[in-house]
This record gives sequence, structure tokens and C-alpha cells, in this order.
Amino acid sequence: MSSLLCSSIGKKLLMGLSGLFLMIFLLVHLGVNALLLVPDGGELFNAGAHFMATNPAVKIMEPILGLGFLVHIVYGVVLTLQNRKARGSAQYASGKKTKGVTWASQNMLVLGITILAFLVLHIAHFWVKMKVTGSDLLEHVTINIGGVPTEVENAYALVNATFSELWIVLVYVVAGIGLAIHLSHGFWSSFQSIGFSNNLWRKRLTTTGQVYAWFVGLGFALIALLQYLFFQA
Amino acid sequence: MEKTLNLTLKVWKQNGPREKGRFETYKVSNISVDSSFLEMMDILNEQLINEGKEPVAFDHDCREGICGMCSLYINGRPHGPDDDITTCQLHMRKFKDGETIIIEPWRSAGFPVIKDLIVDRTAFDKIIAAGGYVSVNTGGVPDANALPIPKPDADEAMDAASCIGCGACVAACKNGSAMLFVSAKVSQLALLPQGRVEAARRAKNMVARMDELGFGNCTNTGACEVECPKGISLSNISRLNREFLTAKIKD
Ligand code: HEM
Ligand code: SF4
Ligand code: FES
Repeated sequence: MSSLLCSSIGKKLLMGLSGLFLMIFLLVHLGVNALLLVPDGGELFNAGAHFMATNPAVKIMEPILGLGFLVHIVYGVVLTLQNRKARGSAQYASGKKTKGVTWASQNMLVLGITILAFLVLHIAHFWVKMKVTGSDLLEHVTINIGGVPTEVENAYALVNATFSELWIVLVYVVAGIGLAIHLSHGFWSSFQSIGFSNNLWRKRLTTTGQVYAWFVGLGFALIALLQYLFFQA
Repeated sequence: MEKTLNLTLKVWKQNGPREKGRFETYKVSNISVDSSFLEMMDILNEQLINEGKEPVAFDHDCREGICGMCSLYINGRPHGPDDDITTCQLHMRKFKDGETIIIEPWRSAGFPVIKDLIVDRTAFDKIIAAGGYVSVNTGGVPDANALPIPKPDADEAMDAASCIGCGACVAACKNGSAMLFVSAKVSQLALLPQGRVEAARRAKNMVARMDELGFGNCTNTGACEVECPKGISLSNISRLNREFLTAKIKD
């Protein structure tokens, strides 16, 4: 096992699996965020957030998600450093004129670091306030969940207030685009890395990857933007 | 009248592996557009020898695109400005009169420069020696149809077998990765029943040797596939990943 994970292909397996895992997480996250666009004063979103905060399956997944990010980031950096060394320091004076290589595929670390920078801000804005420090905005409200009146944190108020600031919304838009570009290569690349591709599947995976990447990336950006434009009191 | 070119060449010169290299500028004139790139290099060297100067060292052998000896990174691309060809198959009609051509060696930590434009590609031989073969137990020749092979497999194996080991894939790769080469060598045998027997051991040993020799990790950019003179497909890399991972997990 250890010799597997020390090999180049083994490291790429971890990179691909962690990437796939994070991409599934993003879909779930986007699904919950979409509730922010339901014009009911945040009731449905609060119910969704309450479910995510109390559901035992989500509790189990939280540390696994953290681990997924950690593995992805650590191996991403390690692989990139090894690759720079393998490439060597001598540059081509005549440049690189190879056509048909995507910009994304050659800049995954830069794009990843952009996502990471966003992530720090994102966690400070929401996760820290909801799990650690608390916030006045989170004052409890009572909503109906399946006919049962339930007291829940007003997560909607916190999100809504955060998205009232233009600079934060702009950061979300930039990060959303960065994420879309990362995944426009990452989606198919992860399947290729774990050995699931051939000439036929490559076409299917690259097409699906483009759709997934821009749907998710622009989806997050758009929700923040719409909150800023149409949901402020 | 035959069309000819006058060209300026900026060529990498380096006396030895440990020496510092530099670009030298040469002029060649009246080069026929019908000549090959290596013939143009021959004319340059003849000119240099006549002037009492040292000729430019470059690799070549078959000059018909089958041996993989010729290399050269020309104007920003391995094997120059044409697709699916080796440098020896590159024609001078691909260049314009008065053009400056920059000629460099493959650049990758796995391929150190020996002299001028010649790099040391023995790393590829070492990877092949680690498992890129079928152990032969001699005996009678089997009947031609005793081992049926599906046509798609035979075709894919033949496509993979067309790799000539030139190293353009490594030269084009931002990660200095040799995965396209190794995947072609693993695939050509893994797809056929004769090679299947040793497939797991082959994949493990060749990848281990590749890693040991310091080649990079593939990030699936696909530059190798674009620059490969034989059009070796990235699907071979996915097959290698599959072969390697299943072999390791079975252990
Ligand atoms: C939710 C966030 C993220 C998702 C969904 C994601 C997804 C992916 C996927 C699917 C791949 C392709 C894996 C492969 O080629 O096998 C990938 C590659 C990569 N990611 Fe991420 N990623 C995310 C965040 C990050 C972050 C924060 C970094 C920070 C360093 C990062 C750095 C990289 C690098 C360097 C690669 C290329 C690795 C290689 O091919 O060797 N990613 N990512
Ligand atoms: S895969 Fe293509 S570029 Fe790489 S060594 Fe073989 S023939 Fe040359
Ligand atoms: S010299 Fe043999 S392939 Fe070019």
C-alpha cells in the first residue's frame, strides 16, 4: 500500500479521488445554496441549513471533507514541486508553441491557490461564525419544518447580510470563475488519473466536465450576485 | 526555377554535459525548399568544416521517421512546425525565406545535454529494460490462428507499438513526464495475449523505474499527444494507470 501511494500514479490516484470527492461535495453545497433564491424570507434555506447542521451523516462527513481538502492541497503542492524539478530549470528560448493544450491544465496550482484563498475567507465568514464565535445575526427564529414548529438559527440573515457587501460578492464571482476553470480541466483529468478513460470516454468526460464546471462555478457566483441585487431589504 | 531559402540559424552549442551552453548564430543560403531539415543541417556542418570550425552535433540515424534518433526543438515545438512527423521528415518548405530558426535540444531533467543538440536518452532504455519486453520461451512456431485477437485490440496494440522512443513527449511536457512513452510500451503488450501474461509485473516495474529516474507526474495536459510524431493517444496513459493500479491493489 505504501509503495502504491509513493508512486507517481498512486499520488495521482489520491489527487483524482480527492478531486472527485470534492466535486460531489460542491454539488450538494450548491443544492443547499440554491434555496437562497427561494423568495420566502429564508425559511426554506434555514430549514436546509438546520438539516445540514443536525444530520448525523453530515456530522460524519465534515471531518472527512476537511481531510479531502487537506489531501488534495498537500498532494497538489507536492506533485507540482516534483514536476518542476523533473522539468528542470533550462527554459526553451523559442518558447512553447504547442497548440491545443488548455491554459487550465497548465495552471492547476495557481487556480487551486485562488480557490484556497477564497476558501479561507469563506470559512471565516460562515463556518467560524456559525460553529465557533457565533453572531448576533444568527438569533433563533421559529419555522415550520414539515408542519412542526422548530427553533433554528437564522443562517439566512447571516448569509444575506454578508452578501450585502459588494466586495464580498465580487470575490465570490472571481472565485466561481476560478473554480470553473480549475474543474474545466479537473473533471475529466480525475477520471483519466484513476484509469477510467479511453478514446470514447474522453470525449464524453471532457464535454460533461465543461458543463459541470461552468454550472457549478457560475452557479455559486450567480447566487451571491442575485442575493446582492434582489434580496436586500 | 527551384525555390531556395536564405536563413539565419540560432543553434544551441554546449561543449559537454557540465559546460555552460550558449546560442551561436549561423547563416545558410540557397537551401532548396525540397531538402529536409537534417539535410539543411548537413549543409551547415559542411560549411562550418570548410571554414575550419567545429560542426554542430545532432542525433540522427534512419532519416525516414522510424528509428527515433533525431530530436531537435525547432521554433517552439519538438520536431518543428509540422504535425505527426519526426525532424528527419520535416521539409524546408515549412520555412520562409529570410526566417530565423531557433534550434534547441530536448529540455528536461531526465534528458541531460551531452553535447550541443544531443541529449542523453538512456533513461528510456533503462525503462524498457525494466519490463518492456515479452520473455520468450522458444519452441515451435504456433499456428497463425491459434490465438484469436479481436481486431480493435490488434489495431490499438499496433498504434501503441508505433512509438519510436524519440522523447518528444518528454520534451513537450511541462512536468517532464514520460507517461506517454511508458504507456505506449505497456499498452502494445498488455493488449495482446502474448504480452498479457507479464502485464502486471511489467506495469509495476516500468513505472517504478520511470519514477526512480526522476520523470514527472502526469497532469493530463496532453502536450505530449499533440507533439508525438506517431500520434500516440492519451488513452494509453489511462490504460497504464488502470494496469498499474489494478496490479498494485491485487498485491
Ligand atoms: C472545492 C475545491 C476543489 C475541487 C472540486 C478540485 C478538484 C480538482 C480535480 C477534479 C482535479 C483533477 C485531479 C486529477 O488530475 O487527477 C484537481 C487537480 C488539482 N487541484 Fe484541485 N480542486 C479543488 C481545490 C483545490 C485547491 C484548494 C488546491 C490548492 C492547492 C488545488 C490544487 C490542485 C492541483 C495542483 C491540481 C493538479 C494536480 C495534478 O494533476 O497533478 N485544488 N482539482
Ligand atoms: S510516445 Fe511519441 S513522442 Fe513519446 S517517445 Fe513515443 S513516439 Fe516519441
Ligand atoms: S532519424 Fe530516424 S526517426 Fe528521424
